[in-house]
Amino acid sequence: MTFDSNAFLIIFTGSLIAISCGFLGVFMMLRKMSMTGDAISHAVLPGIVIGYFVSGSQRSLEVIIGAGLLGILATLMIDWLRKRARVQLDASIGITFTLLFAIGIILINLLAYKVDLDQECVLYGEIAYLPIDSWITKSGLNLGPRITWLAGLNFLFVCGFIYLLFKELILTSFDENFSSVMGIPAKGVNLALMSIVSYTTVSSFESVGAILVVALLVVPPATAFLWTKSLMPLLKLTAAMGISISVLGYYLAYWIDSSIAGMMVTVAGVLFGISVLVHSKKPMWLGGTSSVKEPFGV
Amino acid sequence: MEDFVYFFTFQDPSILWVVLGITLLGIGSAYVGTFSFLDKKALLGDAISHAVLPGICLGFMMAGEKNPVYIVTGAFLSGGVATFLSSWLKRNTKLSDDTIIATILSVFFGFGIVLLTSLQKSGNPEIAGLNSFIFGNAIGISEADLMLYGGLSLAIIVVLTLMLKEFRLMVFDPQYGKAIGFPMKFISFLFNVLMILAVVIGIQAIGVVLMAALLITPGAAARFWTDRLNPLLILAAVFSVLSGILGTYVSFVLPQMPTGPWVVVFLSMFALISFLISPKSGILFRYFSRKKYLRKTHRDHLMKALYKAKEEGKDGLLIEEIYELYPFQKAETDKSIRDLNKIGFISKNQSFINLTEKGISEAMRIVRLHRLWELYLNESMNIAPDHVHDSAEQLEHLITPELETLLEKRLNYPILDPHREPIPRPDKP
Repeated sequence: MTFDSNAFLIIFTGSLIAISCGFLGVFMMLRKMSMTGDAISHAVLPGIVIGYFVSGSQRSLEVIIGAGLLGILATLMIDWLRKRARVQLDASIGITFTLLFAIGIILINLLAYKVDLDQECVLYGEIAYLPIDSWITKSGLNLGPRITWLAGLNFLFVCGFIYLLFKELILTSFDENFSSVMGIPAKGVNLALMSIVSYTTVSSFESVGAILVVALLVVPPATAFLWTKSLMPLLKLTAAMGISISVLGYYLAYWIDSSIAGMMVTVAGVLFGISVLVHSKKPMWLGGTSSVKEPFGV
Repeated sequence: MEDFVYFFTFQDPSILWVVLGITLLGIGSAYVGTFSFLDKKALLGDAISHAVLPGICLGFMMAGEKNPVYIVTGAFLSGGVATFLSSWLKRNTKLSDDTIIATILSVFFGFGIVLLTSLQKSGNPEIAGLNSFIFGNAIGISEADLMLYGGLSLAIIVVLTLMLKEFRLMVFDPQYGKAIGFPMKFISFLFNVLMILAVVIGIQAIGVVLMAALLITPGAAARFWTDRLNPLLILAAVFSVLSGILGTYVSFVLPQMPTGPWVVVFLSMFALISFLISPKSGILFRYFSRKKYLRKTHRDHLMKALYKAKEEGKDGLLIEEIYELYPFQKAETDKSIRDLNKIGFISKNQSFINLTEKGISEAMRIVRLHRLWELYLNESMNIAPDHVHDSAEQLEHLITPELETLLEKRLNYPILDPHREPIPRPDKP
């Protein structure tokens, strides 16, 4: 097979997005906040619409700011419902993201004539058009695909964030009480993590879509977690998985002519399934040991 | 206004159909959703509603056209696989609940998108109709569809009502249910079937993403008004139906508006209002009852200070002395003095304050409870005398007369507290 620069670009960008999401996802999973990631990825919709409406362009700073603000608002609203209104956590997540998503769709319909945006594009995304969408400077210099630059920038942000706040993130993830005793503002760290998750969601939604961002946030860390328990291997495995699902996903999608992002997630799901089969608590007849039957298990 | 009358008199049979459909749908999903909310599985509905996408696409591929029976069957089967997988993963891996749900949701949806994209590239003209399965289109549902979906909703409602007792056991005490011989495994299987059905039907009216709201929000809102199951279910259904009708009305008046999102917005409004103003557990109510309690404790403390002054031989206290006791709380102190004066516990003479007869006996009661508790902590719990004050400061407002008698008996009718101060006792007539 000859070197195909488009294929390389798509796989490279896909890997960047998958690794950034995976790194954040590891910490989200350790904090039992995977569904909060799902909620954020839906809740940014009104922010995107408003940002788009204000700036008139889908790729402006306003969109990113709007989405970031909405992501933080969603986090705060979930927290408020849970702590102040004492709604159970899963219900407060459900109420928050459905309300914000509904408002987003209403805004799209309200501004339908001014905004060239529909819910499909937010939900699905398409990475295959990436090589066409080049970033060309005013002097006419072609710098390569815009989304690759965005993904690279996001990757740098995520790595920088994790590198700078590594100790704080670990402490607040594993032992929130101890971290507050140490004087680490657990709430602040949490909000920072949520804002970078929102930012990642926005900068990736164009290429992979909101729900597939969730898949990239959740599935690679969950798969890696089945293989290892310590943090560094967890991060490394997540990164390796991010790269492999980009490669496999691209070629499989190319082969059956379908959505690349969807195929990446499908591949991730298959890898997850294999890991589960290898590492699940096997029943006795498969040579497992942990077949303790609960006396009243229902 | 004309629109309003036209809509709500149901002159137009198609409006009647849509309203009827959304009413049945709302009741069905609110019913199922409330149970899953109580079972702490609220987000399972969200996972199912995303997971039906591959089934919808496969059903479409099998039929080659938009055939509701094929599509509903496909959706139902893939929702079933997702539900089964999520409980299997929960039993067989160490992953947490939310990770499992998020994984299932996104992998199934991702696979669904692969199928959907292939379908779109195949160029079948019927594909446009498939989008309304994913994003929902309550107005666009035909009469024939409505018969199928309305019938299924009705079936869900009937089964849930007939088996209310069994599902109540499943949610609140499955162990007990098993012990008295109910087939709990079958009951929770049946419940999952109903839940998947409700999701499959609901999606076409409201869309994949917003389906979760139809399941979770009515139950969560109704939970703030009652602690009993039957009123809870009825209230949830009422919220759901009201928002359904309001949402349909909005999209009738403003034709470019989609129904589903408006239904969700109205539902969330009901929920947020419930969170704020419901008695007992609403935010406002809890805020005011906390305020009230704080004022009561402040009044109690003030009376205690006056009683102590009396013990030291003073007649009462100057208002400045009281201010000094509670620095930076002048406004609260003024309010307490006004209130106590109104009840007749203290009398205020210029800036001199002393207890009335009634006030003395009330203050004596508080001081007595305080010192009894201090003594109890010291004697029965072996806590040093200099550590007991803070706890007593909180409990003096809470100890009931029954507890007081018990304490006194346990401590053998004491005279002095650990700080060698007398424990006052009202003279028995």
